[in-house]
Order: sequence, then C-alpha cells, then structure tokens
Amino acid sequence: MASETDRSATGGLSSAPWNEDTGSWMSLTWRSSDADRPAETQIWQDDQPVYDRGDTVCVIGAGGSGLTAIKNLREQGFEVDCYERETNVGGAWNWRHSRSPMYASTHLISSKPFTQFPDFPMPDSWPDYPSHAQVNDYLSAYADHFGLREHIWFGTEVAAVEPAPDNRWDITTRSSGGGVKRVQRYAAVVVANGHNWSPKVPTYPGMDDFRGEMIHASNYKDVSTLRNRRVLVVGAGNTGCDIAVEAATQAGRCWHSSRRGYWYVPKFLFGRPADQVNVSLSRIPLRLRQWLVSRTLRATVGDLTRYGLPKPDHRPYETHPIVNSQLLYYIGHGGVVPVPEIKEFDRDGALLATGERIEPDLVIFATGYLPRFEFLGEDLLDADAQGRPKLFLQSFVRKHPTLAIVGLVQPDAGVFPISHWQSVAVARWLRLREADPARAAEFWRTVTAAPDRKWSKAHVKDSTRHWFEVSHTIYLRALENVLGQLETVR
Amino acid sequence: MTQLQTRIMRPIEWARPITPVRREVISSRPHTDDHRAPVLFVPGFGHGAWAYEEHWLERTAARGYPAHAMSLRGHGASGTAPDTSIRAYVHDVVQVAASLPQRAVLVGHGAGALVVAHALARYPARAGVLIAPIFGGARMLGSAVAHHPFGTLPAVFGGRIKVRRRQLFGPNLHSSAARAYMSRITGVPGAVQRELISYGRPEAPVGDPPVLVVGTPDDKIVSSQALRRVAATYGGAPLLFPGMGHDMMLDAGWAEPIDAILDWLSKAD
Repeated sequence: MASETDRSATGGLSSAPWNEDTGSWMSLTWRSSDADRPAETQIWQDDQPVYDRGDTVCVIGAGGSGLTAIKNLREQGFEVDCYERETNVGGAWNWRHSRSPMYASTHLISSKPFTQFPDFPMPDSWPDYPSHAQVNDYLSAYADHFGLREHIWFGTEVAAVEPAPDNRWDITTRSSGGGVKRVQRYAAVVVANGHNWSPKVPTYPGMDDFRGEMIHASNYKDVSTLRNRRVLVVGAGNTGCDIAVEAATQAGRCWHSSRRGYWYVPKFLFGRPADQVNVSLSRIPLRLRQWLVSRTLRATVGDLTRYGLPKPDHRPYETHPIVNSQLLYYIGHGGVVPVPEIKEFDRDGALLATGERIEPDLVIFATGYLPRFEFLGEDLLDADAQGRPKLFLQSFVRKHPTLAIVGLVQPDAGVFPISHWQSVAVARWLRLREADPARAAEFWRTVTAAPDRKWSKAHVKDSTRHWFEVSHTIYLRALENVLGQLETVR
Repeated sequence: MTQLQTRIMRPIEWARPITPVRREVISSRPHTDDHRAPVLFVPGFGHGAWAYEEHWLERTAARGYPAHAMSLRGHGASGTAPDTSIRAYVHDVVQVAASLPQRAVLVGHGAGALVVAHALARYPARAGVLIAPIFGGARMLGSAVAHHPFGTLPAVFGGRIKVRRRQLFGPNLHSSAARAYMSRITGVPGAVQRELISYGRPEAPVGDPPVLVVGTPDDKIVSSQALRRVAATYGGAPLLFPGMGHDMMLDAGWAEPIDAILDWLSKAD
C-alpha cells in the first residue's frame, strides 16, 4: 500500500532513465504550478520516491495500439509518457524482437481498408494484403509522421501499476534488462500491451514422452524449420493454416489437426478482397447474410467434407474467420492431410481421436496466445473467476475511471482501426472529466450501469480464444454511439 | 467550428477503395532543415501542380518549409482513372499527405479548397489553408448562373465550365502571361462538375487544426459572401487581397498572399 510521507525532494534527476531512441537522459518536468500540490512536496512510497508527472497520461506499450493511443491523447492535448520494453515501435509486428509472433510469410488477412488507421492510409502502391514487414514499416512511418517517438521511453518495462489517491496511478518502471526501479505518478493509464505474445500451449497425455520436437507457433520463423521433417500442425486458426500450407511445399509430410469444422474464406471473392465483398452485404439482415455467404462459399469453395475436413459446426460469422485460399488446394494435392483432434502422444507419435496413429517428428502448436496483465493485478481489471477482464466496451474499467485498455480485441477485421477509435474515446473521456465534471459523471453512470455484452454473434464455447472476439461492424457502431456522447465542445 | 457527430462507419469506402493512379508531385526543399511542417499545395479544377510551381513553391521553400505541389487525377501529369470523383480527389490528397515524413499543412485553391476541406476531415493535418474556396452547393450554383449564365448553365447538363481570362486574373497581369496560363487550363469530367453542386458539406476537421481562409474581394468566381461564409464555418474571417483575380498564385502580386500565409503558418507553429 502507498504510505505517503512528506520529505524534501532530493536527487530525482540522476535516476532518470536513458532514452534509447533519442540517445539522451530523459529529463523530468516538475509541475510546480498546481496549487493543490506544493512543489516542494516529495511523495514517498515504501522508501521509494514517487515522481509526480502531474496531468501526464501513461501509455503501456508502443505497438499499433499504444502508438495510436499516444497520438490521440496528444491530439486531445495530453502530455504522454509511453513505456516500451523493446527498443523500437511496432509491438507484435516488430519481428526483430523475440516475443514477436511473426514468421517470414506472415501477411494480413484483412485488406487495407479494414487494417489501416482511419486517418493514415497505407500507400496505394502496396498490395491488398500487405506483408508483416510492410505493416511494421507502416507503424514506424506513423510514429515518425505524428512525432510520437519523443514520448516513448524505449527499453523500459512496467513492473507494477497501483492505484494512488484521487484516481491517479503509481507506475513502477525499470529498464528491460533489470536495473533500478522507479515510481512515477500519473493522472491516467492506458494499457496497450497486446495479447499475442504469451503462447498458449495445450497439454496432452504422454506429451513428455514424445521424442520428436514440439514448438509453439510463436517460435516458428520460416520454412527452414520444416524442410524434410514430418510435421504435425495443431490448430486450425489462421496461423495453423499458414504453417500447414508452407509445410505442404517444404516438409516431407504434413498433418493438420483441427478439433472442429471451420469455414475457409478465400482471400479473394469475385476478384476482390473477400472482406470488401462482405462489407457490401453489411446492411443485409444477419440470417439472410449467413445464408448468402454459405451459399457463395459452397458454390466457390465447395463441400469441405470431400477434402476430408469436418463440416462447419456453426454458421458463417459465428467465429473468427479463417481466411486462406491455399489450404484446400494443398489438401487436394495431398501436401496437407487433415486429421482430427489428438488424443495423446507417445514416444514416437500421436494417437488421434479416431484411433488412427501418425508419426510426426515435429509438432507445431498453432494454438494461440493468452492475454497477460501481471503488472496490473487481477482485481484492477475486475476479472471473473477464469481471469477474464470485465470491461465496458472492451476498453473502460468500471471501477477505475482513469484506467483503460486499448487493442484487447480479436476482431474479424484489422485491430488498428478499433484501437484508434478506442483511444479517441479514452482521450475524449479523460478530457471531458476535466472540462465538464457534471457531464462526465452522467456518462460514467451509464458506463457503470451498462451490462456486459458480447460484440459478436459467436455461439462458441467460452474458450480464451473467443474472449475478445468482436464483430468489427457491431463493435464500431457501439463505439460510434459512445463517441457521440463524449463529444466535447471546445 | 461546430463539432459534428464523429463518423466511424464508412462501408462504401471500405467496400470500394479508390483505384490508384500515378500522381504528379513537384517538390522544392529548403536548403536548411529546420524541421518545419511540409506544405502540400492542391490546385483547383483545371489546374495542375504547375500552377504552384510557377511562383509559390520556391517562395515557400525559401522560407524554410518543404514545399510540395500535386496534381489531382486527370490533371497535370497525374494519371487518369475511370472513378474520377471528389472522393477520389480527396483520396489522392490524403495519400500524398500521409506519404510525407511529417504531418503536413494542406493548402487548397478554388475547388481544390473543397477537396482539402474534405481531406482535413480524414487526415489530422498540421493546418489547413483554403484559398478562394469554391465550396459548391446550390447557393453557389445560383450565383454562378446569375453572373455567368453562358459559362455555367451548360456545365449543369454535362458540358464544360467555361472560364474567361478576366475571371481568373486581374488587370495587372501581362496579357501574354495570362494567355499562356489559360492555354494550360484543362477541363474536369462533367460528373465531377455536377458533384460540386450535390456533394455534401465537409465534415469537421480531425485533430482540430487551425484553418485560414484567403481570398480577394475582386474574385469573379467566388463572391465575397461565399468567402465569408466559408471563413465563418471555420470560425474566422477571410484574409483579403484586393485587386487580384481568382488565381492568386499566378496573378500579378502573387507574392503578397503566399507571404501572408507563411507568416500565419510560422505563428501557428
């Protein structure tokens, strides 16, 4: 707990962190103008000095979501300190660091209009589905264009976020390599730490006895891993399908295990990116649209059971889409053999749920990632028994009006536009709190009263994979409505 | 400016992206790098990047601002595409602005000012400058028909808007120069001309940039009332340069308005 005693300020500047990007010691700005916080007062917490950053907002993470949070907070006139544990911007897309889930052939599964920030389009010269290296360049250009790097402390990770009096926050940071901890007090915190960096690996009986190699897809970087191996890819998500397709041309054999049937949407329909065709239908009632899409997919992609795949056990739009034009092609050429769920492993292979045995020497688990917020503590995010945070609009924390999360969504389109509008909402909310407390209180009453709701039509079991599932059209319409309520008159 | 409801959902733009074209951008860079915001000049209908290359581009660079002038699709050396429309022009402007290393200042002239006003709603520019803005609409059509029935009326039915020399230039520009400029002015597709009448008002700019409206009381195309109306939309009064024609970047006395714009920019910085 924060114990506060008044002592005189001593030696704050020498412990200022090194900013790897600008190559200089970050200087501290003392705010002495606040009448209610005397300049000579130094706050202490557990023998650590707490440096007061006044009205500054803290952003955690400088990936796509963090960058747009900095930009939109700055646009609303806030000072921002952003902490990024890596040495450059880009987050998941910054493939140079070890926690990035990127592999050489990663490319977008949503086309440019659904992927780019709404106020900073990707270049016309790029293809409909840019590569991950282009996305990383895009985020880098975004950071430069809007002058965001000067607000980011690189190589600095956040160790703890603790509530301080008056809805303010004490943030403990330290250099990513270890080093001295430092506590600073902020007016608000925006968490943008991403949710695709901590691998989720399933457990099977006999896993430990297996003599072959087992890796998570996060450690899969390029096809050299696959050459001449007997590969089993577990997981029918987009990553699983991508790796299976690469294994089809590079590996000796490839089995692809999926638990259930999915719809495989080709990347292009009628010569246009499939999501652009799909959004043309967004005004049509859902049931009719599901019927149209399933008819279209049956007519173009065909009967999946003919390929040996399970029949989809749900209607289109009910799960995260699998966008892959190549998987069925390679199944049809024998390069990929679809197999059902794995029952158990033994020394030399795997036993499938159907009783069949296969003998891979490399197993790749494309089983997704788990969201992690250790630095926050579960009680802060109002998490339920399973650890799932309960948030308003997937972003606002009802118990803490000055704590928000950006980019914690698994949309059926790009994340960046959603992160952009979430951070616009957060910035406007924080501005409204200052500018018009009466209206702010009124807005917050609607937030606390609003029930939790789903943002997709998914009728799937409550797996962590679907916790953050949002349909971008349903979600963005709701967000548009909230932005209207937060409209501030300047 | 009054805040309008924020618009997120743009299904038509998502479903039907604009066809890319080759874009002409002429640049003039300052000798010293003061990290000033780049300035992007957008010409009006019938004009290309050349209109700014004539005088303003170098003047702007000499004041330390990286200066860029572009041609909208179908103009100057830019490519043509079947989907020419005001939305496509806005797309072209935002594409060029986003390709610059820093947040840009958008400067638009004539109908190019309308394009810039729409671009300001889609791209958080450092600042916006609208010069002799043609914002279209029914009221502008009425006034144009009243003043120039033979030049304007055919355009409503798909013909070309005819502009005359004395509409674009004041009496002080040498007639050989005026003739040369007139010969470079091209037409715009009839559909785009008609869009000028029906295209919706620009949404509020994003990122709350400062916006300056510049004009001349002797403009034979944009009336003083129209100029004041546009300026009032952005919460100000127009900056006026009497004695000039509509094409303020080409007419005699071109230095005065650009110097005033750059002074305003350096104060807004």
